[in-house]
Amino acid sequence: MYPFGNNCKKNNINALPHGNLHINLINNFNKLRLILILLLFLPTLVWAEDEIQPLRFGITPVITHDQNELIADWREYLQKKLKRPVEFVLRDSYRETIDLIKRKKIDFAWVSDYPYVYLEKMRAAKLLVIPLYHGRPYYASYLIVPSSDRNTKSLLQLKGKIFAYADPYSNSGYLVPRYQLQQAGEDPSHFFRKTFYTWGHEKIVNSVAQGLADGGMLDSFVWDTLASIQPELTNQTRIVAKSVEFGFPPIVVRSGMNTADTIAMQNALLGMAKDQEGRALLTRLNLSGFAPGNEKLYEVVRKMMHAMGDL
Amino acid sequence: MKWILDLSFRYKLPLWGAILIIMTQLTVSGTLIINSYDELKEDVLISSEAMGYSLTTNLFPALLHDDIWRAYEIISTPIIRPVPGSNPVNAKNILVVDNELRVIVSAQPKSAPMLTAMRDLNPEYAELANRISQMNGRSSQDINLPNSKYYYYVTPISSGSTHLGTLIISHPKYVFWPRFTHIVGHALWAGSIILAILLPFNWYWGWRMALPLVQLTERMGEIKRKWPADLDPEVYAHRDELGRLFEAYTRMLGDLMDMHELEKKMVQSDRLAALGQLAAGIAHEINNPLSGMLTAIDTLKCYNEIDPHTMKTVALIERGLIQIKDTVGTLLVDAKINSRKLAPQDIEDVLTLITPLTRKKALHVGWHNCIDDEVPLPATPVRQILINLLLNAVHAASPLGTVAFDIGITNNQLQLSVVNDGKILSDEQIAHLFEPFSRLGESGHGLGLWVTYQIVLQLGGNIGVKRELNNRMHFTVSIPIGGVA
Repeated sequence: MYPFGNNCKKNNINALPHGNLHINLINNFNKLRLILILLLFLPTLVWAEDEIQPLRFGITPVITHDQNELIADWREYLQKKLKRPVEFVLRDSYRETIDLIKRKKIDFAWVSDYPYVYLEKMRAAKLLVIPLYHGRPYYASYLIVPSSDRNTKSLLQLKGKIFAYADPYSNSGYLVPRYQLQQAGEDPSHFFRKTFYTWGHEKIVNSVAQGLADGGMLDSFVWDTLASIQPELTNQTRIVAKSVEFGFPPIVVRSGMNTADTIAMQNALLGMAKDQEGRALLTRLNLSGFAPGNEKLYEVVRKMMHAMGDL
Repeated sequence: MKWILDLSFRYKLPLWGAILIIMTQLTVSGTLIINSYDELKEDVLISSEAMGYSLTTNLFPALLHDDIWRAYEIISTPIIRPVPGSNPVNAKNILVVDNELRVIVSAQPKSAPMLTAMRDLNPEYAELANRISQMNGRSSQDINLPNSKYYYYVTPISSGSTHLGTLIISHPKYVFWPRFTHIVGHALWAGSIILAILLPFNWYWGWRMALPLVQLTERMGEIKRKWPADLDPEVYAHRDELGRLFEAYTRMLGDLMDMHELEKKMVQSDRLAALGQLAAGIAHEINNPLSGMLTAIDTLKCYNEIDPHTMKTVALIERGLIQIKDTVGTLLVDAKINSRKLAPQDIEDVLTLITPLTRKKALHVGWHNCIDDEVPLPATPVRQILINLLLNAVHAASPLGTVAFDIGITNNQLQLSVVNDGKILSDEQIAHLFEPFSRLGESGHGLGLWVTYQIVLQLGGNIGVKRELNNRMHFTVSIPIGGVA
């Protein structure tokens, strides 16, 4: 069970509390999501009577909301470790998660580099832990094109083409290609004939594979994970270039959060690699663990944002 | 065609029935199939319309925010994940074009890249673009290009007065063909089952209806050549027209046979009557000179001077003449001689008379005499009849065989019958049985039955003979009591 697998169908069926499962998944999808969100909220209401506020954990499209079962298990694990309710808040775009942190509606969030640097700059959040991928707190950005495109060797060759961005607040899927274009002396706003947002890294792969976009850049972690679970999809694309490495999308804590809860959450996450249940969850997340944060890992991103005038 | 009309009912009835059944079946199935074809076609259009409406409702906000990916997800879902069975529209492609007829997004981006002018995609889309530009952009419409493999369903993407573009759903023209063939297959299957039940039934029924007619026809065709065998009563036992036809045939056949018998008898009677007249005439003609000759011989014998040699010759002539007289006398049967009435004892006397002969052959004699009083019939000729018939029977019977005799009065007629086993007469022999000199036996001159016949005839009665089924000859005689009829 990987965090980015395109198996929402199965999960939806498993997550449904009562057995009436007749087929129309597409129509039922919204209903299922509603039920799931209600389920997530249910314990909150119970604990609310005891005056214990739940810890709210924001999830951004770094990890897709299709993985509801995984998130539910993770939440249960954290509740057990923290001995208090934990609430996961799912949002489709980084913008929404950023807003929730700024408005202190959530206490912790797993965000991309761009939102983190932005929030840190705004003093709205601080680094809590960094996920380790293959034991290292790094990832890169991949430039992909359809596998039928044998000629493209760099981003600059995609001039006048259709390009897919992941999210306007994405590092690997937005900031990186625009920064690279700017460094090459191009105007990122007019370089491509047409751009659009897919609101998720996995969908970048989809749009390029289907031929909707002529190219796109995305999180290497997503592509690698997809390549292992859905090779028939990634095989339809070709990696043209890999960027320099950036710090892995971190988990942040909002500013003003009390120290005890912050440390408790940090310890819970850092301790995941030490017990069996935690390791099982990490395997499903395709991560090897969490490490204490080091802001310096995000210097490159900070520099790019400066260059693009976003900071 | 004529040979079909000339066919036997055995084949014609089932054939017509089969043709009618098949025609009915084809008409019913054909109507249902044509109906379902139209309905399926209509379904596809309705579904296209519904799909177009639901897609454009979702597409409008996505296009309004230039959310290409969302728009792509909306239009690719029905193609990537068609809901099996529930929707007859198996869309091949779904295309969204802007107001300048350029591709905004296609469910198959490789064949219709974003921002390509619709006219540049292929000639079919170019023609489609012409049609769309002619539309007022307010209502949806199905477009059927003559040489295309696809149906196009065009729905404007608009809300209020804002018109963002056009949705084009294309599906193969014969998208309903698999379902249609499925329905046709079902219809054919059901039709075959019905035919498989009805045709053998019809064949049996037709054959069963024709069978009595066929048998009747065969029998009637035989009538001229021979008497046909009886109809099989099992073949048709009902009381409808056919049953009555059977009855009428049987009745007609019976009448025909009776008439034939009568004719035969009449011919025989006529012949025998002519023979009798002839015999009597000749006998009279012979009797007169014969009497003269016998008288002359008597006179001659009175003379003593005839030498013995001549006497011997005269005696020889005399014996010959007497024999002629006896024979002629036998031919001249006369039953009208006065005689006393027939008494029961007369009949018993006959039994006594033949008993030595029956003992000799060790015959079993069945004797049944129902006469217990005098009968007003002349005793002598009747006795003559009995003796003749019984002697014949005893002669014909095989050793250790049977002779049966029965006499009584029924319907004011003296009825008697004589039955014997043993020698069986042929039809030819029976036909000439009562003629003189028929010589059926090894002995006798063959005049016995002739005489019997003449006596019966003169008493106004009837004599008949027939072969019984169990190889016995059966003579019957009936004589009206109270004088010659």
